Amino acid sequence: MITFLIYKLILCVVVFAISLGIAAYSTLWERKLSALLQDRVGPDRAGPFGLLQPLADGGKMFFKEEIIPNVSNRFLFILGPSLVMLTALMTGAVIPWTKDIYVNGQLYSMQITDINIGVLYLFGVVSVGVYGIMIGGWASNNKYALLGAIRASSQMISYEIAMGIAVIALIITSGGTLSLREIVEQQDAGLANIVWQPLGFIIFFVCALAETNRAPFDLPECEAELVGGYHTEYSSMKLGLFLFAEYINMFISSAVMSAFYFGGYNFPFAHELYDALGLHDGSKWIAIIGFGAYFTKIAIFISVFMWIRWTLPRFRYDQLMKLGWRVLLPLSLLNLAITVVVEFIRGNITF
Amino acid sequence: MQLTNRSKVVSNKVQTAMEQLYLPGIIKGMLITGSHLFKRRATVKYPEETRPVAPVYRGWHVLKRDENGAERCTACGLCAVACPAEAITMESAERKKGEESLYREEKYAKTYEINMLRCIFCGLCEEACPKEAIFLTDRLVDTEYEREDFVYGKNKLVEKVDKRIDVSNRQTLEVANFKKLPGLKHNTVWEGKNLNKGNKH
Repeated sequence: MITFLIYKLILCVVVFAISLGIAAYSTLWERKLSALLQDRVGPDRAGPFGLLQPLADGGKMFFKEEIIPNVSNRFLFILGPSLVMLTALMTGAVIPWTKDIYVNGQLYSMQITDINIGVLYLFGVVSVGVYGIMIGGWASNNKYALLGAIRASSQMISYEIAMGIAVIALIITSGGTLSLREIVEQQDAGLANIVWQPLGFIIFFVCALAETNRAPFDLPECEAELVGGYHTEYSSMKLGLFLFAEYINMFISSAVMSAFYFGGYNFPFAHELYDALGLHDGSKWIAIIGFGAYFTKIAIFISVFMWIRWTLPRFRYDQLMKLGWRVLLPLSLLNLAITVVVEFIRGNITF
Repeated sequence: MQLTNRSKVVSNKVQTAMEQLYLPGIIKGMLITGSHLFKRRATVKYPEETRPVAPVYRGWHVLKRDENGAERCTACGLCAVACPAEAITMESAERKKGEESLYREEKYAKTYEINMLRCIFCGLCEEACPKEAIFLTDRLVDTEYEREDFVYGKNKLVEKVDKRIDVSNRQTLEVANFKKLPGLKHNTVWEGKNLNKGNKH
């Protein structure tokens, strides 16, 4: 029992640290990538290749003056960013990071918890995340913050529908399981889900961009119209939490996309490689290689997120809503219908 | 009726089905930005790297010393007269006995100040100087926090004895030939140095 607790605790701390570390270095990579895409050099002063830049940025955030507006609701004002950060970090709990390993004859799963409604949990927690933005924007008692918050919530609700339907199609393809672990394991045996769900992937990807408030859907923090959007009144580390949560969300949605559509820690010819290396199931080397494969996929997704941000201009708000309701929703329904027909013909579902 | 030939035809083009998909357009745009990953950087890491400047670039002035390390400037004031921006001021003093190694001639500039905020870097002081003492170099004027710091005194203008400043880049062929006249032999301290060897100081 004690070993179980310790192992879960270690896993929690590691996932927590990895989420924060990846988010911190995503900020650096974002600046570096944007510089490269714009023919600039990018941050290179703090440490070798600017590797200490996230520390400098974080330190700056910590030492800035903390301002809480008099007219704001103090409790909700603090609750907002806390909730955003909390939900962003909670999502990492159901993601299977790599294959199980044997330590002293005991099997340890590299996932904090494998609940059988993992996908639902994920969607539930992500939906709560929008409350943080909503509360923060409302508590600021500022029209721009409120407008940003309203934009954020209506955008997230609109895109969650298309995203949810795309995921339902995915769940049908993977035999009705809601456990992320099983979805990933199935892609180990067969093909990656992207083969069966190309349209679903595109819908999911677009919705993920909107859910994480990334460009071209970053209307909630549209500087040109809304000053800073929902975090206009925020300063110091509370602003840092908002900005940081966006990067964690980006990391988690990249992880979810890799798990759903690209097989997570599996990769083509994995078993051939393991056989050639003489590794058995439960070996720590398999876990490490799987972890590397998973993080390569995540890194590619994060880079594509940033690449899109530095390529596309922001949507207009009516275009955003039109895309969500009149394009993505019908497309996802079509995708669902096609999936049901195809799976019925393949004999995977019966009525 | 067309009144001028400057009128523009308004395009109300309806998007084709392919354009309405957006995805090909997005991918095209991403390939354009992606291709910039491999292009040459447009910026340089400034303090370590500097951009090459034109050979005749006029920047931070230098007051030259002669080959023995004595200051050339005699505080005649011709540069101050020539200066259209009235940026140059100086005070003269008489050389005392034993200072021959410090100052080339009997009169020298006790103070010599150039206000870098007034200076327009036209180079007329350089042309006016009969003693080949003042030159504009290809060094950029530093940034400062205070306006007063832009008034450069002798400490910033006179070259150090052990750290001579090469002004050969600024010398056009005509100037270089002119300085080879026998009467101006003392001016060719940079003789024998490689002309145009880049913007190293």
